[in-house]
Amino acid sequence: MNGFWAVFKRELKAYFSTPVAYVFLVIFLFFAGYLPFREGFFELRQADLNLFFQILPLLFIFMVPSTAMRLWAEERRTGSIELLLTLPITVPQAVLGKFFAAWAFLAIALVLTFPLPAAVFYLGEPDPGLIIAGYLASFLMAGGFLAIGSFFSALTKNQVVSFILSVAACGILVYAGMPSTLEYLSDMLPDSVLSVIESLSIQIHYDSLRRGVIAAADAAYFLILIAAWIYASMFVVEERKAS
Amino acid sequence: MIEVQQLTRRFGPIVAVDRISFNVQKGDILGFLGPNGAGKSTAMKMLACFLSPDSGTATVCGYDIIRQSLQVRRSIGYLAENAPLYPEMTVAGFLHFVCDARGLKGAVRREAIERIVPLCSIQNVYHQTIDTLSKGYKRRVGLAQALIHNPPVLILDEPTDGLDPNQKHEVRQLILKMAKEKAIIISTHILEEVEQICTRAIIIARGRILVDSTPQKLQQDYRGTLEEVFRKITLGKKTA
Repeated sequence: MNGFWAVFKRELKAYFSTPVAYVFLVIFLFFAGYLPFREGFFELRQADLNLFFQILPLLFIFMVPSTAMRLWAEERRTGSIELLLTLPITVPQAVLGKFFAAWAFLAIALVLTFPLPAAVFYLGEPDPGLIIAGYLASFLMAGGFLAIGSFFSALTKNQVVSFILSVAACGILVYAGMPSTLEYLSDMLPDSVLSVIESLSIQIHYDSLRRGVIAAADAAYFLILIAAWIYASMFVVEERKAS
Repeated sequence: MIEVQQLTRRFGPIVAVDRISFNVQKGDILGFLGPNGAGKSTAMKMLACFLSPDSGTATVCGYDIIRQSLQVRRSIGYLAENAPLYPEMTVAGFLHFVCDARGLKGAVRREAIERIVPLCSIQNVYHQTIDTLSKGYKRRVGLAQALIHNPPVLILDEPTDGLDPNQKHEVRQLILKMAKEKAIIISTHILEEVEQICTRAIIIARGRILVDSTPQKLQQDYRGTLEEVFRKITLGKKTA
């Protein structure tokens, strides 16, 4: 456990001792506040955060890979991976330590969107259960994207390449389940394939979770997604650490 | 304390380390000599459990480097070739991170840091960001990291590289001072260093051990300075 906590603490501190955290937080919070209003937050005349949670996946497609891209790529480029893995820290401990530190950082970013729910509570009487479910779903989605980002970061020494690959992978997972995409695909593919695509996509599970339907299947989807990509990251780090 | 048997590592078609075998006892300072690309760093990386060997085995303090890699890493202090560190951390933060990873807590940690900081002469930069340090200081922070848990085995890849003559002298004295209690392997290009501190010298080229002897004996056998011996052995393929 020493290894895990050492990596976790170091990584979380590293976000705040470089400009990374502040640049990320400013840009994320700006768009998280601006986009719902542009999409007609007031015009809807509803005291809820539906719009905000609808927009989050799009924002996360770009923001989460930008947090994840440095996880391993930077470590390998500067050679500090040799220091890290010759300390008594196992590869699974290091991968998990980095992943949970980045996830904790994204949780901080989500918590800092509190003025939005505060405004909604001030303006009306929203359902607090829905807001909590929304945040929980967003947190799980962030974890899923982060696990994907961790994998692509381990794959390459180049942060830009890792960023682009993870944006593409996250984008596919979100857009595959969008109604417009499914409608388009329905002309070409049989229904059985279509329903597989839909159930593999992040969108449908995220939507049902944030609507307050806490179904075991949806939560399990995210946990399996995270576990699978993290396991793959461990494998890649072990294989390519010295190359 | 270190036993290496037939250790081999390939990178594609290149055999970086080719069936090397040697032992290092407590009290030994083994100097690893060889031209660039001879396989010194690869061999050291395998002993530090960063690279896995393709064949052959090695044990450190009785632990197998493949099956008991965690125990091996606990008993080793390793300084990698370019002393990679985390540039955004302060020296203090970095040493605390290493203590975290090595499970040094409370009073033990305080003692370790109080011992190591003056030993490596880094008290002046203790609160500075590593990014802002000169090459010599970075190297000494790397050395502090390798020594902080007082390991029985030290593997130092070019420990005096990038230091000025005074600092080189200090580091050599430091290594000599610790030698009685430990088994030490250092790699170096500086032949006078080998003469001054090493009790044994291994010359390695193209992945193979050409000579395993002592600096004094080498000079007697080949009748010349260590530099001449080095050139004779590594260039004149069959003279040895």
